[in-house]
Amino acid sequence: MALPSASPPEDPVPPPPDTLVAGWKSIATDWASDQDVFKRVPWGKAMMWIFLLSDTFIFTCFLTGYMSVRISATAPWPNPSEVFALTIGGVKIPLILIAIMTFVLISSSGTMAMAVNFAYRRVRGKCAALMLATAAFGATFVSMQAFEWSKLIAEGVRPWSNPMGAAQFGASFFMITGFHGLHVSVGVIYLCIVAFKVLRGDYERSGNYQIVEIAGLYWHFVDLVWVFIFAFFYLW
Amino acid sequence: MAHAQGQQHPVSLYLKIWGLLFVLSTLSYLVDYFHFQGYFRWSLILVLMLLKAGLIVSIFMHMAWERLAMVYAILVPPLCLLVLVGLMAAEADYVFSTRGIFLGQ
Repeated sequence: MALPSASPPEDPVPPPPDTLVAGWKSIATDWASDQDVFKRVPWGKAMMWIFLLSDTFIFTCFLTGYMSVRISATAPWPNPSEVFALTIGGVKIPLILIAIMTFVLISSSGTMAMAVNFAYRRVRGKCAALMLATAAFGATFVSMQAFEWSKLIAEGVRPWSNPMGAAQFGASFFMITGFHGLHVSVGVIYLCIVAFKVLRGDYERSGNYQIVEIAGLYWHFVDLVWVFIFAFFYLW
Repeated sequence: MAHAQGQQHPVSLYLKIWGLLFVLSTLSYLVDYFHFQGYFRWSLILVLMLLKAGLIVSIFMHMAWERLAMVYAILVPPLCLLVLVGLMAAEADYVFSTRGIFLGQ
């Protein structure tokens, strides 16, 4: 059986320059072009963006549900600043664990952004090292979340009741942070797989490092969701 | 050509944005630490949140360099969610008032 001599091109052939206009007019011409709408965007990246768009709707539904139960609760809402305070060295610091988790996740986004940069420059070692650092930050984040969950469960917080006030607090907390933590955990596995394939040279052979940027999109989205959870659930 | 082999931007840009995100996160933590209350607190939280989200989406996720057809396809649909939030806020206010009446709380 004859094998094809060359692998099919990964990107569609870029359209001739005269069909690519800029600015407002580009929206009309791109959407009306009767071919691919997202010009010069690889299909994998476009699909990841559309997945992230759907995920945005899921997380917003959770946050909107949280908003509804918080507005309509007749019992006082527990003060997150006190619920998530930690006593370090005899001093009670409000919300400190959540602040550290925020910094850990932002750091992971920074290392991920640089990993994408090194991937396109084909510096495989640095790219894989930065991706594994990102995954390590992610694993740290999930561990701190596990600590936070255990602490709250030990204090008697349940999805249906808690000793600090409105019963809806537990349901919102476990639902929102649980779903976000699941995303982080999946992201850690995803990053480890891609980093392994970078090290093995898979993308060197195909000459296409787009997958690192696509994995990066997913990871930055996880950080993005945390920005909103931090603002609305922990600070509000 | 940026897209021939993906997005290429200097590492220093990412480091600057990283630093900026650290500063903004510290500021939003300080909002809680100094116990600001009321509308001042809520507007600070929202402004810092939107600044951080904007930096992550535009620089880290490279949205600033994508074609507009793509940018609008991704960023405009979430605006529908603002309608949902508005409807649910009104509904939750109503539920709260009926609970006050019927549960006598």
